[in-house]
Amino acid sequence: MPTTTLAGRTIELDADGHLANLADWNEEIARELAKEAGIEELTEDHWKVIRFMRRVYEEEGDAPSIRRLTKESGVDTKTLYKLFPKGPAKKAAKIAGLPKPKGCI
Amino acid sequence: MANETEYKPIEKVSIIVSRGSLEGVYPGLIMANGARMEGIEAQLFFTFFGLEAIIDKRMDHLKVATVGNPAMHMPTIIGMLPGMSAFATRMMKKEMEKLDIPPVREFITLIHDSGCEIYACKATVDMFHLKKEDFCPEVDDIITVGEFYEKSAGAQIIFT
Repeated sequence: MPTTTLAGRTIELDADGHLANLADWNEEIARELAKEAGIEELTEDHWKVIRFMRRVYEEEGDAPSIRRLTKESGVDTKTLYKLFPKGPAKKAAKIAGLPKPKGCI
Repeated sequence: MANETEYKPIEKVSIIVSRGSLEGVYPGLIMANGARMEGIEAQLFFTFFGLEAIIDKRMDHLKVATVGNPAMHMPTIIGMLPGMSAFATRMMKKEMEKLDIPPVREFITLIHDSGCEIYACKATVDMFHLKKEDFCPEVDDIITVGEFYEKSAGAQIIFT
């Protein structure tokens, strides 16, 4: 398994470059993953999305669709794309320490 | 590896929706939304019966075609019975809802909010005697085929 160093720790990654273990994630790691993705600072809206994604994943085993993010995360579609340019669902999942979302929507 | 071709990722897609049945409209919408989710620039161009998906009065009432579609595994004589299309449409909508695929109007809003531009084909608009007011507010403009090609500069064109 590939590994990387985040927040001073060696972390295992999956084949897509996402964290392999949910439990390795913490807020400091999220901030570093965000920087790698070109997001310099995580705002309160970013955190809202990240926490929502983690909650849905823990409860249902897959990250939410963009439709659910729009409807339930408290952040609308336009804002989502501003917060996570170049692909909100996938990018947010990566920063949230989740695998690549399985759904098409 | 030296002899392995390095392909450039797709950066922009220009998707044409030309059909007006439910199953004719969704592939283009899913591809446009999927492109935006991947950070790919996208635009949608609706032409001919594809316009049904953006005509305000019609977009909530698209139906699955039950006749002339061998993949439905339904003999034409059954498919033509009253209520068959409505039944197939209901079934498909139910399955789509399970997959979190939104109804057409909500999907168009989602796609437009994600930064995908939405255009109607001028030739068809003129042919069907339609006006800008007949369309849902997400439609950015009515454009000619020439303008479509201009706007598609650098894009992969996908016809559905």
